[in-house]
Amino acid sequence: MSLLDGLEVGQVVAERSFPLTRDSLVRYAGASGDFNPIHYRDDVAAAVGLPGVLAHGMLTMGFAVQPVVDWLDARGWVSDYQVRFTRPVVVDPQLGAVVTVVATVAAVDESGARIDLTATVGEQTVLGKAQVRVTTLA
Amino acid sequence: MNPELTDRAFAPTAPYLVGREKVREFARAVFATAPMHHDPEAARAAGFADVVAPPTFPIVIAEATLQQLLAEPDAGIDFSRVVHGDQRFSYSRPIVAGDELTATLRVTSIKSLGGNSMVTSESAMTDASGAHVVTSISTLVIRGDES
Repeated sequence: MSLLDGLEVGQVVAERSFPLTRDSLVRYAGASGDFNPIHYRDDVAAAVGLPGVLAHGMLTMGFAVQPVVDWLDARGWVSDYQVRFTRPVVVDPQLGAVVTVVATVAAVDESGARIDLTATVGEQTVLGKAQVRVTTLA
Repeated sequence: MNPELTDRAFAPTAPYLVGREKVREFARAVFATAPMHHDPEAARAAGFADVVAPPTFPIVIAEATLQQLLAEPDAGIDFSRVVHGDQRFSYSRPIVAGDELTATLRVTSIKSLGGNSMVTSESAMTDASGAHVVTSISTLVIRGDES
């Protein structure tokens, strides 16, 4: 089935929750090369006035698009992706944090679609203007 | 912030060879479980030469251009005051293992807003043939002394 068949603006195409732990942050630090200690050291985070150790913004951006990638399967690819980092995600050493992502169709044209993401922790939005351009694979 | 940074030409970075295991490692770190990120056969079945990098993978390569920007002696950027404001990746084609990518930095705008500075830069990445693959666009917010 083609990616665009029956796709309608406003349709929710994917929804997923991502439980983060401190382990997730250490793994992302290693994979990305971003070793800023505010992402794994409580003392450093406190010293610069943060409410706690924060997830890398790029980690949140990285997983927030995955529900769209999984929904696409082999029918298309992500050709453009942008986010604004509006609120940091504090990751508690014991409880971690849970980020919930909802992906909604914002526009459809002949070669693909724009999917908008919401990413929330509890009631609070952590990404703004999160837009994914998906392009059909010929 | 030095406004003249927008006129400056930066040297292309040394070529970055995208490795299959690096793609798998990065994919695990961003919860990218789709087979095309891990299994070359699944990637080939989808029409790609090798495992496909997740959409935000170019940030690993853009890191080298960020270091170029911070290393400019007259840039006036104190890294401890830097916050990532927004980020975009604009692709011509997906990145696959085996790609050799070279990034060239350009500072596109510098603005002041309420005591903070906002610097937007682009890293355009090309493959070994010189063809465009992806451009990473970042806005960094540098907090002023008061905040």
